Amino acid sequence: MQRDQAREHAIPYATLVKVWLALLCLTALLVFVSKAYHEALSVWAMLTITPLKAGLVFFYFMHLKYERTYIKAMVLVTLALLVLFIGLIFLDISFR
Amino acid sequence: MSTATDGAHGDFEGAKLGMWLFLFTEILLFGGLFLLYSAYRSVYPRDFHNGGQHLNAVIGVANTVLLLTSSLTVALAVTALRRGERRLSRLCLGATVALGCLFLFNKYLEWSAEIRHGIYPNSPQLLERPGGEQLFYGLYYSMTGLHGLHVLAGVVLLSVMLVMLRREGAARSDYTKLYNSGLYWHLVDVIWIFLLPLFYLAA
Repeated sequence: MQRDQAREHAIPYATLVKVWLALLCLTALLVFVSKAYHEALSVWAMLTITPLKAGLVFFYFMHLKYERTYIKAMVLVTLALLVLFIGLIFLDISFR
Repeated sequence: MSTATDGAHGDFEGAKLGMWLFLFTEILLFGGLFLLYSAYRSVYPRDFHNGGQHLNAVIGVANTVLLLTSSLTVALAVTALRRGERRLSRLCLGATVALGCLFLFNKYLEWSAEIRHGIYPNSPQLLERPGGEQLFYGLYYSMTGLHGLHVLAGVVLLSVMLVMLRREGAARSDYTKLYNSGLYWHLVDVIWIFLLPLFYLAA
């Protein structure tokens, strides 16, 4: 029961505000890089910053960091499945 | 373990698991559309680039800030309720609903401006443009439209939560409901996090 309560414990207000500030900074960085007119750089920024932002929301706002391993594993499997599908689609397109 | 504290009607762990399972179906629903987007973008990179130039990036970024902030306020509302600060929780939840409505209002302004410019699926003006641009706008309207419907559903859901929190008592099951509604709202936020660079920053 002790462990359960630790898992359900409220995330401190300060942590949530810090995560929000980080999300705003990452958004600003993404917009800045995409306006820099450098195609490869902006694609890389999109492929790194965007999942990082989503990760912050998942881990802190959605409490995933404090969840049991099996929920973490299920989220991972779902996302891996999606990435796999997108990968397979690209295999198809690039060999047509 | 948790059932000992939750009682027969409040299995927090089970409710949370059910919500996550639902969110997985949502992830794969939007995932299919993201898959289409990436496939067509790799076939028509130029057209997607040109299509992105006509979208209003300022509204896109403004809506991102609104949704990120609304995610913060709903997370604050969950923490506040956990700590028994119901008044603060209601305040944060009210702010979330207001931000969600503002998002939808911006969406309305944005879409009506584009429709006035003759850009909507199958419009005569759009049919004169290259095929890739037509696909870009088709995906733009279906993906942001489906997302907008999710925002609308979220606003309704969180308004119901707001009414629920107005009455006192039954704090334990209230927490589970608010927690799961929060999860839904955050996922809607995550989807928008991906929509921003794919459409508004595509140029």
